[in-house]
Amino acid sequence: MKLITAVVKPHRLDEVKTALQELGVHGLTVTEASGYGRQRGHTEVYRGAEYRVDLVPKVRIEVVVEDTEADAVIDTVVRAARTGKIGDGKVWAVPVDSVVRVRTGERGPDAL
Amino acid sequence: MQTVPILAPQAAAQTAGLDSGDTAWLLAATALVLLMTPGLALFYGGMVRTKSVLNMLLMSFVSIALVTVVWLVAGYSLAFGDDAFAGLIGDAGHLGMAGIGPDTLTGTVPTLLFSTFQLTFAMITAALISGAIADRTKFTAWLVFVPVWTLLVYVPVAHWVWGPDGWIAHSLGALDFAGGLVVEIASGASGLAVALVLGPRIGFKKDAMRPHSLPLVVLGAGLLWFGWLGFNGGSALAADGLAAAALLNTVVAGCTGLLGWLFVEQRRDGHPTTFGAASGAVAGLVAITPSCGTVAMPGAAVIGLAAGVVCSYAVAWKFRLHYDDSLDVVGVHFVGGVIGTLLIGLFATAAMTGGPRGLLYGGGAAQLGKQAVAVVCVAAYTFLVTYAIGKVIHRLMGFRASSEEEMTGLDQTLHAETAYDHGVLGHGAAQTPSPAPDRTKDRSPAE
Repeated sequence: MKLITAVVKPHRLDEVKTALQELGVHGLTVTEASGYGRQRGHTEVYRGAEYRVDLVPKVRIEVVVEDTEADAVIDTVVRAARTGKIGDGKVWAVPVDSVVRVRTGERGPDAL
Repeated sequence: MQTVPILAPQAAAQTAGLDSGDTAWLLAATALVLLMTPGLALFYGGMVRTKSVLNMLLMSFVSIALVTVVWLVAGYSLAFGDDAFAGLIGDAGHLGMAGIGPDTLTGTVPTLLFSTFQLTFAMITAALISGAIADRTKFTAWLVFVPVWTLLVYVPVAHWVWGPDGWIAHSLGALDFAGGLVVEIASGASGLAVALVLGPRIGFKKDAMRPHSLPLVVLGAGLLWFGWLGFNGGSALAADGLAAAALLNTVVAGCTGLLGWLFVEQRRDGHPTTFGAASGAVAGLVAITPSCGTVAMPGAAVIGLAAGVVCSYAVAWKFRLHYDDSLDVVGVHFVGGVIGTLLIGLFATAAMTGGPRGLLYGGGAAQLGKQAVAVVCVAAYTFLVTYAIGKVIHRLMGFRASSEEEMTGLDQTLHAETAYDHGVLGHGAAQTPSPAPDRTKDRSPAE
């Protein structure tokens, strides 16, 4: 199993969610997040003063899927989240040792 | 306002002197009506989502300034100057308030005061339209729309109904005491027009889009009600019994509207809501606006109740007919305005109007017919002209914010502000100022 984490622009969340549902992904977790990547934030001017905004609002989407589905899920997220402009975000995957469904106690892929 | 002759300043000065009582009341009433537009800003601001509350407040607030400039330059003269053509528009004699000094009178009050009182009506009417296009309007386009709309839509209709020799009041004989046609139907029909030009919000009918702050909505409704006493009571243009009757009718109709809406919610949905109470009071106040100076108290109670009940259903039409009148300008102001204007035809009393009587007070159906003609004409004119203005602005500069701006929130993207900065990470623009900003870094906005 793989944990796929995507940090993307907040306004692309709906697109990503819809695309994953169409792919048949059963569940996901979304968190509001802040951060920066290569773009390193930006400066803004407000009321005559210049401000440095380092942490840009993002959403973090987490999905656990079977190994065979991981590439398809990553491709789907990337396609749905892309605007082509700076700050589109990142997607990565890490292996997951075990998963338990709390209600039934099922383990492994059955718990997904 | 029909009962008080609005005389040309020169004629007025000769036939009637200044009345200090009337003037004192109208000074106060003007201040009351001015407060309604910031009240409306809060009423609307509470209804939108957190990400565009400031934009919503600003659309109303900026209308105060925009309409004032337009009104003093040309609007007052074209609406209330001597009739220039067939009761359709005033002349250019008072452009820039030319020829009006402290001694010039309209009726028994200074013309400067009368024009300022009328100005506060024009402000809120323009601001009302913003509710139909909440959360998605390009702010710079709104800055263009408001002055153009005031001149091409509000000013002619105000002349027809209240101007010297305006055709609706003088040729047709329809009654509109404080603005059922000029304010409520005009803003409602115009709201529908621009809502159709802009199209629905992203996620309309899919996402809940619940009001983010009902306390703000109630505060706004309270300020509107408070100001409405000046709006309706002041429209008598005198400190007299008619003003008192209009004031009482305004209180009563707000109450029956509130109760009517809550009653429907209790029966239909099983729970009366705060939002419903605020909307119901406003619906009743809208409906009594044209009728407050033409009906007796029982008529006012029925008119308010009818508006509360009907509007509580009318606000759901947008989901079936798929027009995104986001904050129910059509469902409350248009529908309530039509109810109040038409019901004058049933409930008008001679004691209030000084002549015309409604169907239920022995006057036959004649007045009802006149009211209906006025409703259709004003609704058609305001809808069509506003739709044309909206289309032209949309073609020339775009009337709608980009989808990214809309989804991120107009507060942050158009105004670089957020209303509520609760996050510890400081998402908004209100960051700690950096002592020495490095200007060599990439300045393109991170998205």
